[in-house]
Amino acid sequence: MFSLRQVRPLVTRATRCAHTRVQHSDIDHFRQFLQPSSILSTLTDAAPADLEPFNNDWMGKYHGQATTVLKPRTTEEVAKIVSWCSQRRIPIVPQGGNTGLVGGSVPLRDELILSLANMNKVRSFDPVSGILVADAGCILQTLTDYVGPHNHIMPLDLGAKGSCHIGGNVATNAGGLRLLRYGSLHGSVLGLEVVLPDGQVLDQLTTLRKDNTGPRHFLPVHDTSPLERTLVFFKSLTIKPYSGYDLKQLFIGAEGTLGIITAVSILTPPSPQASNNVILALPHFDNVLPLYKTVKRDLSEILSAFEFIDRTAYNLAVKHGQGRALSDEEVEGAQCFVLVETSGGRRDHDEEKLNDLLEHLLSAEQPLITNGVLSQSPAQFSSLWALREGVTEAVSKEGKAYKYDISVPLSSFKIVVDKTREHLASKGLLHDKAVKHVLGYGHVGDGNLHLNIIADAYTQEIQDALEPFVYEIVASYRGSISAEHGIGAMKTHALPYSKNDVAIGLMKQIKQLLDPHGIMNPGKVLE
Amino acid sequence: MRPSPSRLLNILVPVKRAVDYAVKIRVNPQQTGIDTNVKHSMNPFDEIAVEEAVRLRERTDVSSIKLVTIGPPKSSETLRTGLAMGADAGIHVELPESAPAPEPLGVAKALRAVIERQKEPVDVVILGKQAIDDDAGQTGQMLAGLLGWSQATFASKVEIDSAGKEATVLREIDGGSEELKCKLPVIITTDLRLNEPRYASLPNIMKAKKKPIEKLTPSDLGVDLTPILQTLKVTEPPKRVGGGKVENVDELIAKLKEAGITAA
Ligand SMILES: Cc1cc2nc3c(=O)[nH]c(=O)nc-3n(C[C@H](O)[C@H](O)[C@H](O)COP(=O)(O)OP(=O)(O)OC[C@H]3O[C@@H](n4cnc5c(N)ncnc54)[C@H](O)[C@@H]3O)c2cc1C
Repeated sequence: MFSLRQVRPLVTRATRCAHTRVQHSDIDHFRQFLQPSSILSTLTDAAPADLEPFNNDWMGKYHGQATTVLKPRTTEEVAKIVSWCSQRRIPIVPQGGNTGLVGGSVPLRDELILSLANMNKVRSFDPVSGILVADAGCILQTLTDYVGPHNHIMPLDLGAKGSCHIGGNVATNAGGLRLLRYGSLHGSVLGLEVVLPDGQVLDQLTTLRKDNTGPRHFLPVHDTSPLERTLVFFKSLTIKPYSGYDLKQLFIGAEGTLGIITAVSILTPPSPQASNNVILALPHFDNVLPLYKTVKRDLSEILSAFEFIDRTAYNLAVKHGQGRALSDEEVEGAQCFVLVETSGGRRDHDEEKLNDLLEHLLSAEQPLITNGVLSQSPAQFSSLWALREGVTEAVSKEGKAYKYDISVPLSSFKIVVDKTREHLASKGLLHDKAVKHVLGYGHVGDGNLHLNIIADAYTQEIQDALEPFVYEIVASYRGSISAEHGIGAMKTHALPYSKNDVAIGLMKQIKQLLDPHGIMNPGKVLE
Repeated sequence: MRPSPSRLLNILVPVKRAVDYAVKIRVNPQQTGIDTNVKHSMNPFDEIAVEEAVRLRERTDVSSIKLVTIGPPKSSETLRTGLAMGADAGIHVELPESAPAPEPLGVAKALRAVIERQKEPVDVVILGKQAIDDDAGQTGQMLAGLLGWSQATFASKVEIDSAGKEATVLREIDGGSEELKCKLPVIITTDLRLNEPRYASLPNIMKAKKKPIEKLTPSDLGVDLTPILQTLKVTEPPKRVGGGKVENVDELIAKLKEAGITAA
């Protein structure tokens, strides 16, 4: 194992191999091909306040000093920007919805911010195959709403859906609430269009789309029968578009360090015809695992989410009005909660299964649950989900959060939270003016725990108490330090806790190969 | 001393199964009605009525809370939801799946018949001020008229003095509220602000499965629910035309001028 002092650099150090900063002459150049509204720069007429939303991250923890934000509208514009920056050695931070939680989406210094917000068009959707091709800047919720009327859903869903971009999701390899059901983006992303760090466009969408310029459909929709189209689609799946290295995978989870994703082709599953959810109150954490087993057994194919919220997280979500729940008496003595979602094809069938499960749970001799609530309407369904999804937001309303998004064996979720709390208490840091709450929630189905420490303010003392402490416990359970949020700027120094030398060495070589001048999101992922 | 049983109140809560309010309504191609093959739940105003009845039990002497619904077989699910919230029993006046939706007058007559059949006289009827599907908003008033009872509509606060057989109801009116005092028996219709309905807990959902539901038909009640109104046509409201984006202020001013809008 590494000793921490060896692996820990100055957190804010950006790799700056002879980088230049944006100058007025650069803006003049960008003006030749960008619309005026696509350029926001304090070097010209923008006020620093206009750049604040781009320079500060969602948590208010990371602050960049970019002078310039560019918001191109086409892949060609992106390519022109990147190619100019490559020649001029101007570092770039690709930015999506800026909801990332590891400081990856904001500059460490004054890098140029390339926002994908104006690339927000759906390029094509084939309702037969469910393949959606969209610009990287499309907001996840907008895409969900787009495919919904065609009876499809996005294969991923997360609390940030109203702001995060599909490109950002792919760049962070976001997991989220549907992973248990639909798997990771490494499977559902079929193709990507990426502007490489030298400005070349790597177009891996073309193999799936029949024509780049004509009506934007993969397959001619009008002159073929649905059957023909289905057959063509299945052929397109079995004839692998790329034999050899599957290059697109490199960009999934690269957090903008290898290039800028400008479009995504993604397979959307058919929407379930019936969804239900229930929140269960558990007397002990120890019951979570047996409950998970029972739920999996009884619900089998209709189980679509199994989310864990500890009591502190639940209380905060309720306190900050994130959805409605049971009354205080009904949840008395509950140590934690689980949200179970089912999605299936036939309402009656699903409800019967769920009811059997609930009856079985309530009538057991030693019940695993003390109480619960089953949604009775779409409004209740949303408000139960809001309790779970609202935790992230409730945490940010409560104070300044240190967020650790870790993978540990399920059975140790609670130990990790408790040990962290005890550790902070032993350092005298557990009080109103320092750390207010230590809480855990997450995706049990994926072994992914969000460990959150809510402080009154970000301080070096708390930071030092938490790191390497947290990474060491995770390592002691052979877990991962980043289950789904990525590495960003926050965890570059801790990468060796979950990746070995060989893997990190290879990552560095790939980075060097694709981005020899280190202009793409410097200081992120790799030091 | 416990009050004598005759003083305890019997509450009746009519509830309706309606298209869930989160569902996007679509007009059927024949333009005779809407697509009903979608998620249904209890009419939200009725949920408020059930909640109020359950809360009344927490603060006054209530002997029974009975629900009644008039509708197709699936309406019994709506009764179960109300029973899980805390009502004691249900009555289902069952209509065939294919029967047309009854109208307020028919419903009011059926409710009157239900009330007249009860062994224990009904003291309070609480129902929604309207159902969100047809928005008729007439049933409560018609029922009060048929029975000759007091009525307090659009209630935002309800107090019942079971001993004095009197109800004090705050009702929402244009620009404020009005307080009414009325003698029992009374018909109360609920407004949105009256309360926030609870979510049924699992143990209560399970208990609700064992609560009694009495099934009746319109002919048991001697009422005819055939509609007397004729629907000529159902259409969607005109689509809103989307706005456009302008690049700068000059363009905006030009567009405004084009549209004939000028500074006064
Ligand atoms: C309330 C809330 C809930 C969340 N829940 C989850 C969850 O359940 N699961 C989960 O995995 N994550 C979750 N997250 C974090 C998650 O990583 C992001 O919300 C999302 O995936 C990032 O998308 P974005 O468009 O906001 O990207 P940004 O924050 O803008 O960027 C994130 C990273 O991706 C890079 N990037 C963005 N766009 C591109 C692009 N087009 N090309 C190349 N690089 C790009 C950026 O440089 C940066 O490194 C949550 C965040 C919030 C605020």
